[in-house]
Amino acid sequence: MQKNLKKPPSVRIADADPECLFLSGLEYNPPARGMWNIVQMGMLIPGAHQIYGCAQGCLRGVILTAAEMNALERLSWISLTEEDMFNGTLEESLIDGTAEIVDRLEQHPPVVLLFLSCMHLFAGCDFDAVIAALSERFPDITFVDCYMTPTMRETLPPVVQTCRQMYLPLQPLPKNPKAVGIIGNDRPTDESSELVQIIRGAGFTLRDLTLCKTYEEYLQLAECSLNITYLPTASGAAELLTERFDTPSLYLPNSFDYDEITAHYQTLCDALGIPCPDFSADIAAADAALDALKQTLGNMPAAIDYTFVSRPFSLAVLLLKHGINVKYLIADTVGEESAAFGWLQQNFPALMILAPANVNMLHHHTDAAEPLLAFGQKAAYYFASDHFVNLILNGGYYGFSGIRAIAALAADACRTPKDRRALLRHKGFGCASCLL
Amino acid sequence: MKHTAKIIPCYAADTAGACSALYELGGLTVVHDASGCNSTYATFDEPRWWDKQSMTYISALTELDAILGNDEKLIADTAAAAADQNPRFIAVCGSPMPMMIGVDFDAVAAEIGQRTGIRTVALHTNGMHSYPEGASEALRAAAELFVQPAAQKRPNGVNLLGATPLDFGNLQTVPHIRAWLQEAGFSVVSCFAMGDTPETLAQAAEASVSLVLSECGFAAAEYLYERFGIPYVCGVPYGAAFSAQLAASLRQSAETGAHAYPCALRGTAGKKITVIGEAVSAGSIAAQLSLTGFAANVICPLPHHEEMLGAADSDVFAEDEIESALADMQPDAVIADPFYRFILPNGTRHIELPHYAFSGRCFDKIIPDLTAARFDAWAADL
Repeated sequence: MQKNLKKPPSVRIADADPECLFLSGLEYNPPARGMWNIVQMGMLIPGAHQIYGCAQGCLRGVILTAAEMNALERLSWISLTEEDMFNGTLEESLIDGTAEIVDRLEQHPPVVLLFLSCMHLFAGCDFDAVIAALSERFPDITFVDCYMTPTMRETLPPVVQTCRQMYLPLQPLPKNPKAVGIIGNDRPTDESSELVQIIRGAGFTLRDLTLCKTYEEYLQLAECSLNITYLPTASGAAELLTERFDTPSLYLPNSFDYDEITAHYQTLCDALGIPCPDFSADIAAADAALDALKQTLGNMPAAIDYTFVSRPFSLAVLLLKHGINVKYLIADTVGEESAAFGWLQQNFPALMILAPANVNMLHHHTDAAEPLLAFGQKAAYYFASDHFVNLILNGGYYGFSGIRAIAALAADACRTPKDRRALLRHKGFGCASCLL
Repeated sequence: MKHTAKIIPCYAADTAGACSALYELGGLTVVHDASGCNSTYATFDEPRWWDKQSMTYISALTELDAILGNDEKLIADTAAAAADQNPRFIAVCGSPMPMMIGVDFDAVAAEIGQRTGIRTVALHTNGMHSYPEGASEALRAAAELFVQPAAQKRPNGVNLLGATPLDFGNLQTVPHIRAWLQEAGFSVVSCFAMGDTPETLAQAAEASVSLVLSECGFAAAEYLYERFGIPYVCGVPYGAAFSAQLAASLRQSAETGAHAYPCALRGTAGKKITVIGEAVSAGSIAAQLSLTGFAANVICPLPHHEEMLGAADSDVFAEDEIESALADMQPDAVIADPFYRFILPNGTRHIELPHYAFSGRCFDKIIPDLTAARFDAWAADL
């Protein structure tokens, strides 16, 4: 059936071009809502107030994201009209609108994240002047320029840019040689991970935006003498902190390759000036968990989607090496995983890759032919599986302990079905929700 | 013009209105947009997204295509999707960026229609207006696309116009409105656009009268009047008393050919109640209350036709203006979406009536069906 389609939604990995897995086209939006957006990210800064200046259609999504988080009081808006675009009042509208909102707040927030839209950029809005005017008018508030600009996503995706801007309010502090930061995450790293254990075990203070309860704690992020990132979207944030505070950073991506994980830890320990532990037991435990998963799963097929972990191709390699029958990957880019992609192409040429937003995926969930274990929400949706692991972007799990945890969660998912509809409709995995 | 809000949400946008109106009609609807329109619509404005699939997509506009004015990509991608999915019609509509770069949607639609051989319409949304504008244009387009001249009229035949989940978020309400019409001696010829196929909509010219359930149905009502001489009546059967009046208005309009706006009926005696919401729904509630001894009025922050509102009603729409209007009106109670709680005068009783087009999914499980006598039970302790 599929061979006659103009834009096929799937391809055998053997036939796939890693530079362009699928032709671009119209896009479908499957009802799996766990990925975070810029609103949820902005809420991580304690006490921050968000103001969005954009068209009504764009406002609607961000406002209701906050509403579902029970956080409407932390977000305000200025609606753009056609006239604003053409009558020369673009900056004035933003300044006056923001000032009006701030004046009506019960107390001044320490930070206002002021988001502008694609239209502002195309209209040549002088955002520096807007921020300067507001900063002069409200000297007790730090105004941060932020961008809800999905049209620009190929140059600088809004999530990457927001992640960077969220560290702008930090001010230089004396360096603390015993403070290490984990930067650019939307949830804390698992305390039992080797990563956290190494840092804390050597007497370092771990600082992470996701652990901050107060604005003062947030400001302490600036004292770190080393920053670590492990999500690709965090690169801009780390670069910013290096530029502003001369803080070195390490990119230790959340890998599923044992050698790479071990190398990351060695790099970290070298940077901290501490001996690197032996991970034999951790590796053995990860292997045991994967073997147990294989035991539970038998030959049941599995599908992994790109929202589940930051490196879905690498996870597929790990699982396949442990005998788990990964048949499907849902992803539209290979990203930084060309090695894993090449290995899969070579060793499992029949593995199917599905395009997550292809219009011909519209009815895919109704054709799910076989019981399947889904790793991630989009996989659960598209394969209509109630047996799924409900995580977004690694869920804070990292390293060997992360592999162990994911394997255990997968085995549990295999045994116990979940309420797919209720979990997938929850906007922002891990966020508060009025829908629950 | 500056339009700000400290805390209350904005209503669903015109793009969502257009998509919602066409959702069940088997067409392919494309919003020319980068990303947000479809995810916002699918997440917050469309309760049917999980259960009932519809060919509603975005074009995934990029900065390069926007800067270079690459309309060809939109046209080619839409034609490719149509070839793969065989829709009954195609609708292309705009969002803020296409407005900014001046996309000519009429030309785009003509080109797509020519390439695909599928009837294609342009909808002139831009994401800067509220949902009734998009839905209204879309339902009129559906009427223009589907309705055929009738060989004969059905004496008690009624078209329902303006039915979308944005105003009828309890999905039982529209079926119950159909049932109420049948009990009142009418037959439903068509419903624009929940629960009927294009084949059914094609018969709409057989109706003797149209019942406009929301502003979203007004343009279609005008089209059916201009083209087929079918008069319309504006109202939703909320409450036994108002439903009886609405039925009488429908009979009278069918007979005389004159339009009627019973949703604008207001009383001035009794406890003061203000209803905030869409003109026809809120107006019908206020009319029902007025018939049962209350002094009811409406604040309608959405586009509407002036005949739908009464003299004591208000059409302010900004947060601070609504706050001021309520302070001036000093109602004893306000019937409004739960999120209006933030701006009600202190001490004013708030009777919560979730409106999907305002609070989205937040209260979707408690949106009541107020059809006919169900309203009386819901409002028993007023």
